[in-house]
Amino acid sequence: MKIFLGLVRRELVLALRHAGDSVAALMFFVIAASLFPFALGPSAQALARIAPGVVWVVALLAALLPLNRLFGADYEDGSLDLLMLSGMPASAVAFAKMFGHWLTTGVPLLIAAGPVAIMLRLNGDAVPQLLATLLPGTLLFSLVGGMSGAITLGARGGTILLPLIALPLMIPAVIFGAAGAVSPHPVSEFAMLFALLAVFFPLAPTAAGAALRAALA
Amino acid sequence: MPEPAVPKPQNDPLLRACTLAAIRGERLVFHDVSFSLIPGGALLLVGPNGAGKSSLLRLLAGLTPPIAGELLWKGENALDDPPLHATRVCFVGHHDAIKPGLTVTDNLYLTGRWTNAQVLAALASVNLEPFAALPARLLSSGQRRRLALARLALSAAPLWLLDEPTTGLDAASVRRLEVQCAAYRAAGGMIVAATHLPLDLPAAQYLRLGGTNTQ
Repeated sequence: MKIFLGLVRRELVLALRHAGDSVAALMFFVIAASLFPFALGPSAQALARIAPGVVWVVALLAALLPLNRLFGADYEDGSLDLLMLSGMPASAVAFAKMFGHWLTTGVPLLIAAGPVAIMLRLNGDAVPQLLATLLPGTLLFSLVGGMSGAITLGARGGTILLPLIALPLMIPAVIFGAAGAVSPHPVSEFAMLFALLAVFFPLAPTAAGAALRAALA
Repeated sequence: MPEPAVPKPQNDPLLRACTLAAIRGERLVFHDVSFSLIPGGALLLVGPNGAGKSSLLRLLAGLTPPIAGELLWKGENALDDPPLHATRVCFVGHHDAIKPGLTVTDNLYLTGRWTNAQVLAALASVNLEPFAALPARLLSSGQRRRLALARLALSAAPLWLLDEPTTGLDAASVRRLEVQCAAYRAAGGMIVAATHLPLDLPAAQYLRLGGTNTQ
């Protein structure tokens, strides 16, 4: 546990020093979302109707941006060798990095999602429910995206391969997340989101750990 | 310079490799590699480029699985539990694993919760104290190598795996590394090093790789 917290701390220190990746994801989120009023016109009614879906999809795309560096940077400079020799199982190393991704990308996206939704003319009363769906949502982004990042590690064209693997896997989360954000009785949608978490929480770190070992072999 | 005392008559090999073989890509890089190391022992891997020296070191670290043979630690299969085996080795690969945006000291803090004194001692072991607060991207390649080697001083592992440790080092730094290795071996540590450049490890065994592969 101590080593695990050390790994998470390492991710936070690196994210603070190389803040560009996280800030770029956040800027992408705000700018991409603000393109929709320009394209669709400023009608409050039309924007409010699509706002939860836009926030969900754009947050997903923004969360994917720093993922190819999540393992790639450490792979290239040899740090991944040292991480694998830190005395933790490969799956725990992978999970520490996914958790680090959530803390440095998922949490900032959650914080920015409220103002972005209001900018898209979503009713202020609906914002907490949207954020409640995005909380498991961003965790899923980090788990599934981190797994995809590990699988594509070292592959030629990994940068383009990563979203091609991650995005189809995220379709169920987008369906139930965006539906749960607007449903008046979102119990079943939330149940589905947490069911997805229950699947990917053990699956993604395990698969990513195996992929990391294979990439280094 | 006094020769390091060979440790007590504890002559059971701690690490034993039995007919190891590894492939890289599709190619068999080495096979039938066997050796054993007692506490305080050292093994120098020599051979031409591509002979599998780095592959063997990565295998000994548990980073790549062997396709044949066994690696035994105190008589038990070492690679059954890679996280446990990882605690026994300190691996300095041919990449320096340095984050250019962090200072020299922060690079060392990244690898664990060290005290200030431990980090300063590690920097002193490679004579990098004057650069402690410098961003690592300003280091020369030899200084980067020394920073990578500073991790040896922080490790309590009984086996050092060194991949071309002296690349880019000046004569004084090589000498310092040799002294550090001698002290480590005198305390019972074991070293496996791959090197083209002369590295003086007294009474080291030699393992020549590369007799097996034909292009």
